[in-house]
Amino acid sequence: MKRNLLLEDGSLFVGEAIGSERADVLTEVVFNTAMTGYQEIITDPSYKGQAVAFTNPLIGNYGINARDSESLGIHLDGVIVSSCCPRPSNWRSYIGLSDWLRASGIPGIEGVDTRALALLIRTKGTMRGLIIDGEIDVDSQLARLRAYRYPTDQIARVSTPRVYSIPSDGPRIALLDMGCKLSIIECLTKRGFALTVYPYDTPASTILAAHPEGLFISNGPGDPASIPQVSANIAQLIEAGLPTMGVCMGQQLLALSQGARTYKLKFGHRGANQPVRDLATGRIDITSQNHNFAVDEQSLAGTGLEVTHINLNDGSVEGIRLRGKRAFAVQFHPEAAAGPHDESYLFGRFLDMVCGKEGWENA
Amino acid sequence: MPKNSEIKKIMVIGSGPIVIGQAAEFDYAGTQACQALREEGYQVVLVNPNPATIMTDAKIADAVYMEPLDTESAERIIYRERPDAILGTLGGQIGLNLTVALAKEGILDKYGVKVIGTDMDAIDKASDRERFKELMARLGEPVAPSEEVSTVEQALAAAQDIGYPVVVRPFYTLGGTGGGFAKDPEELRDIAESGLSVSPVHRCLVERSLTGWKEIEYEVMRDQRDNAIVVCAMENVDPVGIHTGDSVVVAPLQTLTDRENQLLRDVSLRIIRALGICGGCNVQLALNPQSFEYCVIEVNPRVSRSSALASKATGYPIARISAKLAVGLNLDEIVNPVTGSTSADFEAAIDYVVTKFPRFPFDKFEDADRRLGTQMKATGETMALGRTLEESLNKAIRSLENKCDSLEDASLANLSIGQLLARMDEKDDRRLWVIAELFRRGYDETAVHERTGIDMFFLDAIENIVRMESELKNNPEDIQLLSKAKRMGFADSQIARLTHHSFDQVRHLERENGIVPAFKMVDTCAGEFTSLTPYFYATACGRNEIEPARGKKVLVIGSGPIRIGQGVEFDFATVHCVSALKELGYTAICINNNPETVSTDFTVADRLYFEPLDLESVLNVIEFEKPLGVVVQFGGQTAINLARALVERGIKILGTDMDGIDDAEDRARFEALMERMGMPRPEGDTAFTPEEAIAIAHRIGYPVIVRPSYVLGGRAMQVVRNDEQLRQYATTAVREITHDSPILIDQYIQGREVEIDAISDGQDVLIPGIMSQVERAGIHSGDSISIYPPLGLSKAVTDRIVEYATAIGRSMRIVGLFNIQFDVSHEGEVYILEVNPRSSRTVPFLSKVTDIPMCEIATRCMMGESLKDQGLTPGLAPVTPGWISVKCPVFSFSKLRSVDTTLSPEMKSTGESFGADETFAKALRKALMGMGVKVPFTGNVLFTVADEDKDEMLPIAQGFYNMGYGIYATPGTADFLRENGINVFYSSKVGDPKNQGYPDCLELLRSSKVTFVINTQPFQDRRASLDGFLIRRVAWENGVFCMTCLDTASALLEVLRDKSFIVRPLGERREA
Repeated sequence: MKRNLLLEDGSLFVGEAIGSERADVLTEVVFNTAMTGYQEIITDPSYKGQAVAFTNPLIGNYGINARDSESLGIHLDGVIVSSCCPRPSNWRSYIGLSDWLRASGIPGIEGVDTRALALLIRTKGTMRGLIIDGEIDVDSQLARLRAYRYPTDQIARVSTPRVYSIPSDGPRIALLDMGCKLSIIECLTKRGFALTVYPYDTPASTILAAHPEGLFISNGPGDPASIPQVSANIAQLIEAGLPTMGVCMGQQLLALSQGARTYKLKFGHRGANQPVRDLATGRIDITSQNHNFAVDEQSLAGTGLEVTHINLNDGSVEGIRLRGKRAFAVQFHPEAAAGPHDESYLFGRFLDMVCGKEGWENA
Repeated sequence: MPKNSEIKKIMVIGSGPIVIGQAAEFDYAGTQACQALREEGYQVVLVNPNPATIMTDAKIADAVYMEPLDTESAERIIYRERPDAILGTLGGQIGLNLTVALAKEGILDKYGVKVIGTDMDAIDKASDRERFKELMARLGEPVAPSEEVSTVEQALAAAQDIGYPVVVRPFYTLGGTGGGFAKDPEELRDIAESGLSVSPVHRCLVERSLTGWKEIEYEVMRDQRDNAIVVCAMENVDPVGIHTGDSVVVAPLQTLTDRENQLLRDVSLRIIRALGICGGCNVQLALNPQSFEYCVIEVNPRVSRSSALASKATGYPIARISAKLAVGLNLDEIVNPVTGSTSADFEAAIDYVVTKFPRFPFDKFEDADRRLGTQMKATGETMALGRTLEESLNKAIRSLENKCDSLEDASLANLSIGQLLARMDEKDDRRLWVIAELFRRGYDETAVHERTGIDMFFLDAIENIVRMESELKNNPEDIQLLSKAKRMGFADSQIARLTHHSFDQVRHLERENGIVPAFKMVDTCAGEFTSLTPYFYATACGRNEIEPARGKKVLVIGSGPIRIGQGVEFDFATVHCVSALKELGYTAICINNNPETVSTDFTVADRLYFEPLDLESVLNVIEFEKPLGVVVQFGGQTAINLARALVERGIKILGTDMDGIDDAEDRARFEALMERMGMPRPEGDTAFTPEEAIAIAHRIGYPVIVRPSYVLGGRAMQVVRNDEQLRQYATTAVREITHDSPILIDQYIQGREVEIDAISDGQDVLIPGIMSQVERAGIHSGDSISIYPPLGLSKAVTDRIVEYATAIGRSMRIVGLFNIQFDVSHEGEVYILEVNPRSSRTVPFLSKVTDIPMCEIATRCMMGESLKDQGLTPGLAPVTPGWISVKCPVFSFSKLRSVDTTLSPEMKSTGESFGADETFAKALRKALMGMGVKVPFTGNVLFTVADEDKDEMLPIAQGFYNMGYGIYATPGTADFLRENGINVFYSSKVGDPKNQGYPDCLELLRSSKVTFVINTQPFQDRRASLDGFLIRRVAWENGVFCMTCLDTASALLEVLRDKSFIVRPLGERREA
């Protein structure tokens, strides 16, 4: 079945439908350059409100398995591929990509030159897009597309609706769920943490009342500036002395909570090959990333925050910490999935920090 | 860390002659490394006795030594050059070995030379089987467990520890015979018993079987700061069991989840860090397709064939970056040369599918065992980029130049399913074609998967291709289908065949319907950053993203995969032509498909199109770029063969025009021209039937040389002595050679072969030099030892050669390079054998020894600058006296079991080595050392010589005898030598039951009693007598230099005489 991808600049890609039987979805179109890990990417709640295009032309080769999803459902708006493998091959696969998307009602389109799309986005920046079936009247659809405004409630829609706990004998921490990837929870529980997961807008007092030993702020979709109340809560939690680690959205919220600013990148960082320099050691690691927004380095002045990591490609802020306090955050994904494990040691650093170990900064 | 400023001068070790498993990839790596080091301000001293390469061009390093890669020569160079450091990790195993030897012998310490790059201990840890196992155990990384056993009981016990299934590998047997798989103790008992009995040392290795596991490779880089990255991960289509060099390989990983990929990536990084490698490293892993279980197969602590492939597959120049890491720079201090803006410390993202396809020499070696296993057999490879697996795979196959444009193979159509299955189980080089044929017959895909272990994902691609074939056949006019077939990489020629259209009709149809290829850039980052890399590929899937190049554009056609007869020499010529064009202000566009070579380095040409060298792909580039002309004379026969089709489509060939090419290539026209010009040629004629052949041979008189028309590198050419042989040849050859291809029969001139390469501007002809060959006519010039300046040519003969060459250049209207092969008879008659209107195998050698930049001059001629305009004097260039250069052929027989090593008109060598010195003997000795031949001055020589050669052999035997060598001979030869006063030891023939107590000749070879073998065989049918064959093979397996031509033996004798003293008591007047 014919399916179209129309972009706000008027570019039209005509392809074939995969996934859901019908499509008519307004969204934001982004691209990811990772060569493996489409299942993790598609289930990453941070893509809420977006359709992701894979630059790797062959997607779906190894199917979908029962373990590698990053959330309980699929939150993104659409999947754009060059070709979708009809007969996956991998020992863990139980269903093909297209069938899996269809079961979740997620539209996909194949037969799109995703490299051409990536070059377009690189040049013009992230764009609004429409995935729609059949013959279309481009002009009227374009008008509709241009009238579309990005939602601001993505986090609300992917965060946990109620508090839940993952018990353990280790340090008890509060996890502020902005749309947390399961790998983060896995990385934390593997380190022995006992987790209490809170909805994103839980008041600081509620969290503090449970006497947690630390705070983790997860990844999540959308614009961090759209939820000022959350950064205010975080400011209180940090003020209360909770050792804090943030990832991705978590870094942006930490920055906002201390009075710094964030801005939208032209087309974001999405892939599994982003080099990041640790300014303390000079060491470079390859990281997994997925973000539209970044922390404005200039705005850190006077906030008590300092830059700990930078992106080697564009110099953007990849890590910050609060001077003299036990709080740090990174823009990239140390939990990987999809992507390299180079920075997974940061969860150990968080553990040391929560436990009050000397020299946790270097762990 | 900033770069090391204590070092000023660095010695770089090359990899020596090209052999299977160590080929042009090291020319690419070495050239890049030298350039990178000079870019950083270091002086570079290069040692590499391979004359064919770009790397040994005078301008690549500050000093280039084409000297043997042994410690003695290296020390002389170190003494003279006093380098501060040595870099040995860019010259393959040979380069590593020499570096290790120099360190062990204390030579590096003596001269204060520091090893840079990966240190010696790391290399040792990776290379030494025991130390490697220890390290892996320490890291907790699994390796395939194995144990050496010498009894069946030990084998059973070992298997108990290791776990079934196991593989039994007997030590020191030909081609792994006698080994096999065992699923349980019962099977193992049988296999171990037979394995132990065939092993000469009665020992076997019992190893955990990983057959069917996925073979995955990671190309890893690490700097001294411990930053480590994976440049590229590649997946072998063939599961573990077939050498990765012989496997079809794809990138990026296709059937691994991220979890599997990251698991193996972590392992690779742990290993490179534990080894402490500085630079590039290749980690090969096996992954169980049904679990997360994996094993480390091996680690190459240096750049390799795989790293060259990874560089071309991603655009990330591993060797260049490795060289910079070796001098202390860190990854993040180096700019990614592809984007020009981002850092080299990142991992490439690929947004296309890469397929590497091996190129095998079995078209040359019909007797070779085609089954693939752990010993690499491919001489070269092609790479293709596409946006679907099918497109990528089909393009890689189209690049092979195997007279095959697809997975169709008519020769399989006659086989039954049973025969096809048996063939598939053999796992030979045609396995994918066999599988395609099985699918065509409706054979079940799952069954193929179970028998071959090839992942269903890859089999699906083959089945898709097969299905499309039949759809095209059934719907020849369906445009949608045509478009889909193109997206699957179907060649226009195949579509034409399937739809009963002509090639041009198909193209016309495509263009009418807007089915044209798009060109896309290789940028290392999947489009994330702006790149200016001029490195492109074509695809039928998607949108074009580039504009045609600007300026006066010239398209240079490369030479494709390395194979016997068309080696790296043609890449040398291509690269030089491109540089010359750039210098002249043209926009040089190169098209080629060989990932190993320098010409496909995207910094060489103004634009590189990584594409098959079939008519379709070349036309696509031409139609897009509209160059002012196309250069075909540097890309070997590959490019020349395209010329006619291009001209027919109105495309201008630069240099010698089609008419001139035809004068040389079309036998009838060539003969007519030679006749008209009064040029002597060996008498000859064309036969279409065996009867005609015999009549012609009788007219000319035996011996005659026979060959199929239009051949490359003397394929299927043979010297024939009588009717019986001729009849046999004619029947088998005529059947074997492709349709309407007759055989040619020529008079065999007994004399010496002489060769020239020359340059003509259409009027004048410059002959940089004449080369004479050591071996007589009838042995392929590519397998002969060449000498410059030529030995033993009279002035009259030289003058005649110059006169002929000049006349031929002029009358064929040659513009650019050409090559002429002559026979000079014993009487001094000069005969013209053939004219090649193109660059030849000897051009790099001759350019280097004469210091005349032949390709540049030829390119200038092509672009309209006459020789005189270039300030050059036509005629034979003067020779600088007192210096002799020698080029020796180098063979890869140890990789190609069951191939007969006898020299013949059919080329067998894969590479060449170089030696130059004041005398022929010294120069040859160096070249022989470069070949890996040991030249000791005492020892024994085994003679087994055909009756007709005995008289000629006598002085050679006497020569060895007088120098004090022991002479062994088989009874016939021995009697003859004894009659002639040589005190000879008798050796029995192979397995002779009445050996009268003489040592068996094979035993002599195996026990290293013999230093040299001189073996000639009587003229007879091609399949050598088993005895001679065994002697030659066993000699080769045991590292004994076996000469099959008496001329080679005479030349060797000269080398030995030059260094040997003869001891003689007073009063004796024995003839020396």
